[in-house]
Amino acid sequence: MNKKIKFRVNGKRVETEVPTNRLLIDCLRYDLGLTGTKEGCSVGVCGACTVLMDGDMISSCLTLAVMADGHDITTVEGLAKNGELNPVQKSFIQYGGFQCGICTPGQVVAATALLAENPKPDEDEIKDWMMGNLCRCTGYYKIIESIQKAHQFAK
Amino acid sequence: MIPFEYRTPKNLKEVHATLKEFGSDAKLIAGGTALVIMMKQRLVRPSCLVSLRSVRGLNGIEIKNGGIAIGGLATHRAVEGSSLLRRRLPMLTETYHHVATLRVRNMATVGGGLAHADPNQDPPPSLIALGATVKATSANGARTIPLDEFFKDYYETVLNPDEIITEVMIPKLAPNTGAAYIKFLPRTADDYATVSAAAVLTLDKANKTIADVRIALGSVGVTPIRATAAEALLRGQPVKSEAFAAAGEKAKEAVDPLSDFRGSAAYKKDMAAVFVRRALEKALADIRQQARAKAAPKPARKKVAKKKGKRR
Repeated sequence: MNKKIKFRVNGKRVETEVPTNRLLIDCLRYDLGLTGTKEGCSVGVCGACTVLMDGDMISSCLTLAVMADGHDITTVEGLAKNGELNPVQKSFIQYGGFQCGICTPGQVVAATALLAENPKPDEDEIKDWMMGNLCRCTGYYKIIESIQKAHQFAK
Repeated sequence: MIPFEYRTPKNLKEVHATLKEFGSDAKLIAGGTALVIMMKQRLVRPSCLVSLRSVRGLNGIEIKNGGIAIGGLATHRAVEGSSLLRRRLPMLTETYHHVATLRVRNMATVGGGLAHADPNQDPPPSLIALGATVKATSANGARTIPLDEFFKDYYETVLNPDEIITEVMIPKLAPNTGAAYIKFLPRTADDYATVSAAAVLTLDKANKTIADVRIALGSVGVTPIRATAAEALLRGQPVKSEAFAAAGEKAKEAVDPLSDFRGSAAYKKDMAAVFVRRALEKALADIRQQARAKAAPKPARKKVAKKKGKRR
């Protein structure tokens, strides 16, 4: 069974028809070609598939594509503006906030949501917010440092 | 996931009508964080999903008859961030903060969480200890269900297939009451509890005797469990740490945990006693802290520091 949906992805209007049982992550990756968002655990625990829905972070592996109808989705591809990386992305590069990289799109999207609410979070606030974004390389110190210093790159 | 029909009713009346049409083949979906996993695992195979995402309202958090009413569609995040609850019932703020991760709390709703009826969840013990009731409505009308009679078995409640939770009502707490929820988390911060315990304790005016108490536990049986015998042991007794320890021991008789990677059944049983005692101690500390706050001179209005960050 298919359903027509209209939503915004990284600021662009998207109108598409999806099977009702299509997951948002599969719609983003396979229907729209936005492969930046990764699938890790598939049960909403690891945070690799983090995207923003109307600014709030969600697990795209637990969300049906039809549930995004009428909403505004931001993926890691939508963070850079006019070819310029956002402060979190710059900071992750500057301070080595990643190792193998598979968790990075989720980490960067989650951290961007944090800084939108709290531009200068302290270490505890970062840990509390990022708790659901796992890094199996255990690169947490550098991730925390990158988030803490991201404000340096804000204009 | 097997294919299914996806309906998007715009109001409660349309929800009722759709549920009536499909009967037990339909499932309500709000945030979907629990249901989608169960559908992926084919534990649930509805032929129709009735989405609540286009239904407006039903997400308020407000004072009602001196108590607090939370709409069934309020998200966990909304409860956690509510300034009203932070002021009136910080124990509930803390309870909802403990649920999974922010990504889940942004989507999962209060009514959906209760209808999911996983005995490892955080909110049920707290809400049972607070004496909460659930309002369920259908095309046939509305009924109010005390939460301690709501859960039947693993993932099973007394709700009929055509009913929807529209509101959770927390009655006004008696004066001199403290509340606490504690969660034993030996593994990771976003895990289910090994054992969780909630206590709501009321002392008499002289602060000497336990006037009333409600205790509930999570993760130690097929449903959240209210420890009524432990409560009975405490009512009318003088406030003493020995009494709290005895109540903890009594609560062990009410629980029936399973052995899993969060602990053996015997260990969880022992921890149930420890965590009931600690929840009672924390509820008592809450009463004393409230009394201190009341006695302290109120700070001048303009000196109150602005709250940090944006909270919704």
